[in-house]
Amino acid sequence: MAAPNPPVIEFCDIARVYGTGAAEVRALDGISLKVEKGEFVAVMGPSGSGKSTAMNIMGCLDRPTAGRYLFNGIEVGTLTRDQRALLRRHYLGFIFQGYNLLARTTALQNVELPLIYKGLGRAEREAAALAALDKVGLADRAHHDPSELSGGQQQRVAIARALATGPHVVLADEPTGNLDTKRSVEIMELLQALNREDGLTIVMVTHEEDMADYARRLIWMVDGKVQSDRRTKGDA
Amino acid sequence: MLWETFKLALQAILRNPMRSFLTVLGVVIGVAAVIAMVTIGKGSTAQVTADVQKMGANLMILSPGQMRFGPGNSGGSERAFALSDVDRIIDQIGSVETAAPSRTSSLVAVFGNTNYQTRVAGTDSRYLTASDWAVAEGRSFTTAEESAGKNVCILGETVRQELFGRADPVGERMRLGAMSCQIVGVLAAKGASSFGTDQDDVVLIPFKFFGRRVAGNMDVPTIYISVRDGFSIERATNDITALMREVRRIGPGEEDDFSLRDMEQVASMLNSVNRVLTGLLSAVAAVSLLVGGIGIMNIMLVSVTERTREIGIRMAVGAQAGQVLLQFLVEAIVLSALGGMLGVALGLALAALGAQLLNVPFTPDAGTIGLAFAFSALVGVVFGYFPARRAARLDPIEALRH
Ligand SMILES: Nc1ncnc2c1ncn2[C@@H]1O[C@H](COP(=O)(O)OP(=O)(O)OP(=O)(O)O)[C@@H](O)[C@H]1O
Ligand SMILES: [Mg+2]
Repeated sequence: MAAPNPPVIEFCDIARVYGTGAAEVRALDGISLKVEKGEFVAVMGPSGSGKSTAMNIMGCLDRPTAGRYLFNGIEVGTLTRDQRALLRRHYLGFIFQGYNLLARTTALQNVELPLIYKGLGRAEREAAALAALDKVGLADRAHHDPSELSGGQQQRVAIARALATGPHVVLADEPTGNLDTKRSVEIMELLQALNREDGLTIVMVTHEEDMADYARRLIWMVDGKVQSDRRTKGDA
Repeated sequence: MLWETFKLALQAILRNPMRSFLTVLGVVIGVAAVIAMVTIGKGSTAQVTADVQKMGANLMILSPGQMRFGPGNSGGSERAFALSDVDRIIDQIGSVETAAPSRTSSLVAVFGNTNYQTRVAGTDSRYLTASDWAVAEGRSFTTAEESAGKNVCILGETVRQELFGRADPVGERMRLGAMSCQIVGVLAAKGASSFGTDQDDVVLIPFKFFGRRVAGNMDVPTIYISVRDGFSIERATNDITALMREVRRIGPGEEDDFSLRDMEQVASMLNSVNRVLTGLLSAVAAVSLLVGGIGIMNIMLVSVTERTREIGIRMAVGAQAGQVLLQFLVEAIVLSALGGMLGVALGLALAALGAQLLNVPFTPDAGTIGLAFAFSALVGVVFGYFPARRAARLDPIEALRH
């Protein structure tokens, strides 16, 4: 039996190895960590330290080579592909480093995409998608294709898509990587508000100390290992 | 969810119209080719049947020698019939309405200073009865003219036009080769036969006149026989065969040295040629349909590769493998059904045009259309399924790395 209030995310000695033999890369080298409900965690570390790899495993987009991953106390390793898809559909929102929007598809349709799989009706879907776009300040660009949007606007569409389904956890891999400071601050304030007011659990990778300060906790990774794990200045 | 998937597929199709068009093109051409070929083939079969009906369904043709296809058909050594055989057939076989001898040769017909090469047939008025052919102007041969072998003749419509234009030739004298003869009638126009020959390109003269002046003997190479209405062709065939075996003194166990064909056999012979041709063309068309299907598969494969990222995105936001599979499947079916419909329309248009050019009836066949359509849908399902399965098996992060 799982504990009454299990952590949202629990890594037990997770390893992820790419390639074999001489080409073997240990992207994650035995990581253990817990993220409780309602936390806002920033992950930092040098390039290639395994941040994205860890996020992909948390997001059920990738599977660890070794170790156990518990999501809300559920052993993800025992789930089928379809069950993992359901986890992503109902509990997880993922914001990618490179947006990953559908081309030749309007911002609104992009945000609607996860809602289609969630089984929402047309009107309900459109309303939810518009509300999410409004939250990121893009309601007036709802009918533009990604090719007609700036990098920052595209990233905000991607954020709206992650938020639209009302997930329990948002995983953001460098959400402000392509944005100027002003836009970055806006996004961070948005995430912070979602965390504080709606109790949304957020794990975010960033390269900027300033952005990490919006989180309450900072995990520092080096060479596929957790080097430090502490409260941030922003943790009031 | 199915409706959603259908809309997703439609969206995906419309998002890249050029790719969709190219995908569909193969099926359009394949289906159109099959439908055009089969429809025209059926039309010409119907035409042959109608032609044979026109020639007289009760007509039979008796000729010496066994009819064989291909090499080994020994020409010349066959024993001809005699005029007395014609009378025997009429007198002794109850189911026979009438019979007529026929022998033909190619001669030049001359009137005034106009020459025209035509087919001259030595026969008698019973031939017109047997083949259900009317005299349009003038009259047929009299019994006296026939038994005396008088130099009279009846013109086919084509010969009349060539030599006399619109003028009335009845009563005129003309030359046939070295002979002079008097025109007593003109035959009703009959048109082209299924063989493509002009049946009106003929001059009829009494058989005895032909035997004496053209052939030099009274051998009969062909006897036309018509069976009375209501009597079975099979029965008549048996009776005539028995009679001819007796007359020609063929011992039991020996093979017939003559052959008797009825028009149904002629029709089925023509139609079997027709079927072979239609089958051949349809096979070619079917191959093009198959190639069209492979085209779909190919483009679906390419599109899966192209769209692997899209598949990754869909799975990352919560699509299950089955849903992605279904989307691609529906996409393929919609595309091939669209192609099928366009192909049916194009094929019918081609068939209508071809029927008009070839002068055969346009007979669209629901079965053929349904079959071609079903096949194109099947092509879509089969060839859409395999690439889609490949797409759906990817891990989201794998797909996203593309
Ligand atoms: N698909 C892959 N195949 C092989 N090696 C990989 C693959 N993905 C990542 N790696 C390797 O795993 C290690 C960790 O990569 P990862 O993307 O997690 O780093 P990161 O911390 O996100 O870096 P960055 O800050 O540059 O985004 C790197 O050495 C990288 O080269
Ligand atoms: Mg990274």
